[in-house]
Amino acid sequence: MTFEQIYRQEWGQVVATLIRLTGDWELAEECAQEAFAAAVERWPQDGVPDKPGAWVTTTARNKARDYLRREAVGAAKLKEVAAVGYEPDEPYDVPDDRLRLMFTCCHPALAMEARVALTLRTLAGLSTAEIARAFLVPETTMSKRLTRAKQKIQHAGIPYRVPPAHLLPERTPAVLAVIYLLFNEGYSDVVRSSLSSEAIRLARLLVQLMPDEPEAAGLLALMLLHDARRETRLSADGVLVTLEDQDRTRWDNAVITEGVDLLEATLRRRSPGPYQVQAAIAACHATARTAADTDWPQIAGLYGQLRQTPVVALNRAVAIGMADGPAVGLRLVDELAAGPLVGYHLLPATRADFLRRLGRYAEAATSYREAMELAATDAERRYLTKRLDEVSV
Amino acid sequence: MTVKYLLMIAGDETAEAHANDGCGGWSEEMEQRGVVAGGAGLRPPSEATTVRVRNDEVLLTDGPFAETKEQIGGFVLIDCADLDEAIEIAAKHPAAGYGTIEIRPVLEPPPGVV
Repeated sequence: MTFEQIYRQEWGQVVATLIRLTGDWELAEECAQEAFAAAVERWPQDGVPDKPGAWVTTTARNKARDYLRREAVGAAKLKEVAAVGYEPDEPYDVPDDRLRLMFTCCHPALAMEARVALTLRTLAGLSTAEIARAFLVPETTMSKRLTRAKQKIQHAGIPYRVPPAHLLPERTPAVLAVIYLLFNEGYSDVVRSSLSSEAIRLARLLVQLMPDEPEAAGLLALMLLHDARRETRLSADGVLVTLEDQDRTRWDNAVITEGVDLLEATLRRRSPGPYQVQAAIAACHATARTAADTDWPQIAGLYGQLRQTPVVALNRAVAIGMADGPAVGLRLVDELAAGPLVGYHLLPATRADFLRRLGRYAEAATSYREAMELAATDAERRYLTKRLDEVSV
Repeated sequence: MTVKYLLMIAGDETAEAHANDGCGGWSEEMEQRGVVAGGAGLRPPSEATTVRVRNDEVLLTDGPFAETKEQIGGFVLIDCADLDEAIEIAAKHPAAGYGTIEIRPVLEPPPGVV
């Protein structure tokens, strides 16, 4: 494992443990940061320890204890120092620490943007600069947002815990939204795929903790069904591969089976929600033997059950187009052209695709070029270049 | 360890109709739980006087801080475990059903001051 991987994997647990021990979010983060910095210095000489996370947690805990000892002015503070220092035979991997961090970060008394930022910072270990980039705000703005959120948690007495059973139903949707966001963060970036694994791990915990919450199971099924296709989404030379062209023999069947079984068991409870519907769509794709076998009418129907955001409407147009023919799809896409999707690369990319299927290559080329200018990643641009070459004769 | 919060109960002019409603069983329940540290309902903002001292001069204004749609109609000081309990207490208050309740943590004095 590279240092970067260890950092991504262990950061959340280190911070979660330090917050539990000190009750001080800023201190927990600073000590975790310093402990990882110490690891960068020591490990190349001493070798990476067997349990790197435990090493970093212990180092961070010692730093916190030293800091509190220096700052200790009263008996209460000295008690805190003792609490940080004494932790006999603590099993290292206490999953609930991260879960309680998750619920606290997602507390409804915090603004949604603060919840997401806080989870990405404290749990996933993204830097303030990275989060700022993801939200398109200056780093100083994001830094202030995080500081304000942490101060509110501390001073307003937001409890650091998994909420009691009667509060879980109202506190769960926010957690699900943040987990799914984490998953997507890792899914769209090969380097940070550990975020997706982290999201799946947290969703598993949530399902365990809330066996009666079908949306938690729905979210887990959805992420598993996406994750099963992870390896086939990019070619060896870094070109995006669309669902249609993915090598289905390389999809992870064990993971697909787990996702489908979980979804079927969940749907039997007859308490549907947006994650279960999205998982059902993902299951239609994951269980189609070939691209041509895909049950597009079913997928179109499922998209119709979701709240009709512009992106959902675009996906629904694709499904209808695949079911009823590219001419129908093109007409639906063109109806969306003047709306809020202007500037979204998948709009011209989808249009180009229907034009290509209709053999209208010159118009398709124009739309592919338009999509290339808007595309967010190199993998997408390479894919669009490949398509552009196909329609340019 | 408990935390003190001020519940500021606000409402628009229609809230005045509830001025003498009382709090149902809320006060009794909260007194019994031992979370209430004080509080009162207030007479309307039209009877308020606002005071500022500038350059040693006492300046008075007839009326509340600001002429906003919602005005403070009462307050309760509570002392409870955490924000979740404060939210539960505020949500149970009858005024939450027609007005708005702002929960503000009370500034804790630095060590040694008290």
